[in-house]
Amino acid sequence: MSRRAKSKFKFRLYVAGDAQNSAEAVANLTALCRAYLKDRHSIEVVNVFREPKRALADGILMTPTLVKLAPAPAPRKIVGTLSQTQPVLQALGLETLTVNP
Amino acid sequence: MKSVRSPRVKATTKAPTGIAGFDEITGGGLPRGRTTLLVGGPGSGKTILALQFLVHGARACKEPGIFVAFEETSKRIAGNAESFGWNLAELGRKKVFFMDAQPTPDLVQSGNFDLSGMLAALGAQAGEMGARRIVFDALDIVLALMPDAAAKRREVYRLHEWLLAHELTGLITAKAGGDEASSIDQGEFGFMQFMVDCAVILNHSVVVGVSQRNLRVQKYRGSSFDENESPFLIGASGVEVAAAPTLGHARLKVSSERVSSGVERLDTMLGGGYYRGASVLITGFPGTAKTTLSGAFAEAACRRGERTLFVSFDSDSNEVIRDLGSVGIRLARYVKNGRLRMASARTITGSAETYLVRIKTLANEHKARCLVIDPVSTWSKSGSDSSAHSVAERLIDWSKAGGITLVCTSLLDEMSSQTEGGSSLQISTLADTWIHLNYLVQAGERNRGLAIIKSRGTAHSNQVRELILSDAGVTLTDTYTAGGEVLMGTLRWEKERAERVAHEVTEVAGKLKRVRLDAEEAELGVRMKSLQVELEAKQVEKALLARTTETHKGELSRGLTRMGELRGADAAIPVRKSP
Repeated sequence: MSRRAKSKFKFRLYVAGDAQNSAEAVANLTALCRAYLKDRHSIEVVNVFREPKRALADGILMTPTLVKLAPAPAPRKIVGTLSQTQPVLQALGLETLTVNP
Repeated sequence: MKSVRSPRVKATTKAPTGIAGFDEITGGGLPRGRTTLLVGGPGSGKTILALQFLVHGARACKEPGIFVAFEETSKRIAGNAESFGWNLAELGRKKVFFMDAQPTPDLVQSGNFDLSGMLAALGAQAGEMGARRIVFDALDIVLALMPDAAAKRREVYRLHEWLLAHELTGLITAKAGGDEASSIDQGEFGFMQFMVDCAVILNHSVVVGVSQRNLRVQKYRGSSFDENESPFLIGASGVEVAAAPTLGHARLKVSSERVSSGVERLDTMLGGGYYRGASVLITGFPGTAKTTLSGAFAEAACRRGERTLFVSFDSDSNEVIRDLGSVGIRLARYVKNGRLRMASARTITGSAETYLVRIKTLANEHKARCLVIDPVSTWSKSGSDSSAHSVAERLIDWSKAGGITLVCTSLLDEMSSQTEGGSSLQISTLADTWIHLNYLVQAGERNRGLAIIKSRGTAHSNQVRELILSDAGVTLTDTYTAGGEVLMGTLRWEKERAERVAHEVTEVAGKLKRVRLDAEEAELGVRMKSLQVELEAKQVEKALLARTTETHKGELSRGLTRMGELRGADAAIPVRKSP
């Protein structure tokens, strides 16, 4: 558990331009990473309006959608503004971690 | 969110669906550039109908389409489409594009979200392939992810506006709870029905153990449409809606050609036979020779070289051939040379709708010009009477449109009911010619009687005839009326015999009289001759008498002159005439 927790997190966040919920999601994700995954994460933001073919290829239905690409296991999708932190942490396998001091 | 009205599209422009019957109900198809909602219970045929709409657009209308699959994977949908022979692989992804949009079961939600991502992706795809049609299959799946009713509503509006902005002809399918089509009015799709331009409800119900599919157009903005429920069927090549023909579809080919009924005297009674393309109904109780009469028609048709389809619901085709053979109707040779096709079916399985479609398919395959259905009344056993009636109605319309001469028999169940109008399907009013067969019980005998109740556009005999079955075939005989009753069977025979005897007696009496008159004539002749002779004798006698008198008178006057000369009498004395 601790070994995996140490590994680097790679995120991709699909947003719909500057829609309000998308902006919220970007802010929430940044805050969450700063709190739990300081210095071991990377975030790529994809604007579906600018890159619709990519959204199509990746099967993105809803925006905002957060996709966890690494670490293993398999990619995980979380939809929404990420305002509720608990289910997000659970989905990312971070619920056992305590807030970094 | 403000609702944006569609840019004004001509109300007449419609996107044909290629679904038999549906385009007729809606007057041409779905509203082009607008949104249609298709609701129905599980297994009601939503996906198939939607896919058929896309396939037809891509294949026949040069309108590529996108299929957004929220529920089933595109692979499975494509597989199902293969069974209808739509061959999506041949069309290719350029014409029909499938987007797999099934939400993953482990999807985690946190906070609110919307469908912008999907719509952006679809917009790009639509622009690239020039899509004109789009289907959102099972929108309810994705709406179920929305946390509350307001969010659902918001997303539906978003979708609607997106469709309008892209000027796509949209078809959204959604599940309705249970079988009750009406329950959706209160459900979460209630508002959708107000929003969309066209709403279609599919209904799958079971009536008396028989599956029945119905389709109803609930609304259609800016267009007239058939508001009634129409039965539909998922056939071998997709959805087929049974559209009731509307007024003004005057496309019937009317023929005044006569075709033989197979019974010579019946042709005479009908003024030459049935009309080509007419529908003939033969009603009667069991055993009144309905099948025989229709068999005679089939045989006559085959003899003329016309392709014929004989559908028997009562017995196996081989049985029918054997039974008809016993009354001199030989069908086996026509089956062998392929002119006649026999089909038999039990009515236990399937609804009247299914049978109609099967019969249509068979008849089209066989290119039948004459069609016999024996008996059509079994249809009323399967499912509701009203649906069976509408099927019978459409059977008649269909056969007329194709110029197929249709003979169907209808069984009357109740032996006690002597009313002739008791056909449960009420096709008697639709049929052009209605022949009723009946039993007449007289003097301890049961004899078959035939009457033509109606025959449109034909002078026809109003008399009840006796129908006799023998190994030489079907014959109709003259009937005798006595005391207001038609005589049949032995009574008719007795009457015939009595008449024959009476005729002989009069003939002999006449002969006798002639002989007597001849004799009298001869006698008178003889008498006339003798009188003639007598007359001549009298005339001679009379002439003789006249001559003697003349001579005598001459002698007398000559004597007087001579006497005067002798006496030297005075010349002045005038000559006296003899007294």
